[in-house]
Amino acid sequence: MNKRVVVTGMGVVSPNGVGINAFLDAIQNGVSGIKFQPLYEELKFSCHVAGKPDFVLEDLKTKNYISEVVFHGLKGTNIGYGLMAALDAWADAGLEYDTGETRWETGCIFGNSVSDTEAMKNVITRVDNKEAKKLGSRVVEQAMNSGVTSYVSGRLGLGNKVITNSAACATGTQAILMGYEAIKDGYAKRMLVGSSEYVDTYVFGSFDSMRVLSRKYNDQPEKASRPMSITAGGFVPGSGSAALVLEDLEFALARGSKIYAEVLGGSTNSGGQRMGGSMTAANPQGVIKCIEDSIANANISPNDIDLISGHLTATNADMQEIQNWCKALGRSGNDFPLMNSLKSMIGHCLSAAGSIEAVASILQIIHGFVHPNINLDDPNPEIGNYINLNRLPVSIVKKDINIVAKANFGFGDVNSCLIFSKFNPNDTTRNFI
Amino acid sequence: MTRQEILSELKKVLSPYTLDKEALAGIDENTDLIKDLKINSANLVDIIIDAETKYNIEIDYDAADKMVNVGGCIDVIEEKTNQQT
Repeated sequence: MNKRVVVTGMGVVSPNGVGINAFLDAIQNGVSGIKFQPLYEELKFSCHVAGKPDFVLEDLKTKNYISEVVFHGLKGTNIGYGLMAALDAWADAGLEYDTGETRWETGCIFGNSVSDTEAMKNVITRVDNKEAKKLGSRVVEQAMNSGVTSYVSGRLGLGNKVITNSAACATGTQAILMGYEAIKDGYAKRMLVGSSEYVDTYVFGSFDSMRVLSRKYNDQPEKASRPMSITAGGFVPGSGSAALVLEDLEFALARGSKIYAEVLGGSTNSGGQRMGGSMTAANPQGVIKCIEDSIANANISPNDIDLISGHLTATNADMQEIQNWCKALGRSGNDFPLMNSLKSMIGHCLSAAGSIEAVASILQIIHGFVHPNINLDDPNPEIGNYINLNRLPVSIVKKDINIVAKANFGFGDVNSCLIFSKFNPNDTTRNFI
Repeated sequence: MTRQEILSELKKVLSPYTLDKEALAGIDENTDLIKDLKINSANLVDIIIDAETKYNIEIDYDAADKMVNVGGCIDVIEEKTNQQT
C-alpha cells in the first residue's frame, strides 16, 4: 500500500528573505530581491542585476549549523546555501542535528546545476601554477556535484538514499518528487529534499552570452524580472536554496509532528527534444503530458487546482507555458486557476527555483493567500486570448488555497510537476492502493 | 627553536582541525593526531600544507608519513628548518 507523504519542515535562503518568516513576509508584500551588481557592469555583461540572498557564510559556524572544524576550509557558497536551508528545515521539523547513530530511516535528495565554479577556479589556478600540492584535502568534496548532499547527510547522519540530482531548472521540483516517491513506495520514512544554486560570475556570464537575460532595466533592478509582461526581455538570474522535510504520514503523526501540507503526487519527464522541443525549448506535448500525469498520479481532477505556481521566467516561453497549462487542465478564460510567478520577485534561481517556489506554494496553502505577480502592470495582451487577466493577481489575494500545482521546465527539455494539498487528516480517499 | 617552542607553535597549526581543545592544550610528544585529537585523517594533508607555509619549508612524502603524532611532527619541522639555516 502506498504511503501518504506530508511536509513537516521547511527552510529557505531566498534573494528576498532568508528564513521562513522573512520569506513569508516578502512574498506577501511583493518584495523584490533583485539588486544592481556593479561587478556585472564592470565585466561588461548585458544584464547588471541579479537576485542574491543576504547570506553570510560565517553564520554556519557562529550559529552552530556546522562545527568550526568543518567550517575551516569551507568555501563553496552553493554548499553554504544548501546546508543552511536543509538544516533550517530539519530544525523546523522539530528534529535534533546531533546523533551518534546513523539515521537509516532518513535520506537526502538535493540537487544543483554546477557544483561551484568559483571553487573550481581555485583548483584551475593552483594546478596551472604548478601548485597542485597546495590544494589540500577540502577541495574535492566542494568541487564534486554531490557536495551539498554530502555535507548535509554527514551533519545529520542520514543513512537512507542520498542522491544528488540535476535537471537544470527542473532540478528542485524533481528532487522533491524523488523524495516523495521514496517514502510513498516505503523505502524511507523521512526524506530531506531540496535544491540549491549559486550563480557565480562564470555561470552568469554564460547565460548572458546566450542573450536570454533581462538587460533593459539595469537602472531599475526591482523592475527587471517581468514574467508575462509585454516588456519582459529575458530572465534575471537568482541564487539561493530551499529544503523540505518530507515524512511518511503515520511516522510523522507517531512523533506528534506538525504537518504543513501533503504531497499528493507529481511527474517528471522529457519532451525528448522533438516536436518543437530542443536543448533550450520545451516540447509542448512533453509539458502537457507532465502536468496531466501529475494530476493522474495525485488522483485529483484538474478542476481541483486552486493555484498554479508557474515556471514563467520572463522570456518568450511564458506565452507557450500558459497555453500548455490551458490544454493540460482543459481550463481557460475565467475558469483558469489563479497563477503566479515567484520569479517576478526573486528572478530565476535555476536549480533552486523549484524548491524555493515549492516553499512559497506551501506557505500559500498554510496561510491562505496568493502572492502577487509584481511587475505585471503591462501584461502581454496575447495572454487574454487564453485566460482572463484577472487570473494573474498583481496584489495579494486572501483566499483558501487547497491544491497547488507547481511546475518547472528546464534545459535539456526536462519537466517536473508537483501537486501539493492542504493536509486533511480525514481524507481517506488518499489511502489508495 | 627548541622542541618545546615548536610544540607550542604546533598547537596553533593543529587548532583548526580539532574540536577537542582540552586535549589540544595538553598535548605532548606522544599525542597521536588521529586517535587522541580526533583529527580526520584527510586533514593531515592540510596540517602539512599549513606547516609548510608557516615555517617556509617543504615536507616530502617520506617526511609526511612521520607526522602522525606530535613528536613526529616536531622531528620533521626541526629537521627541515635546520636544513634551511
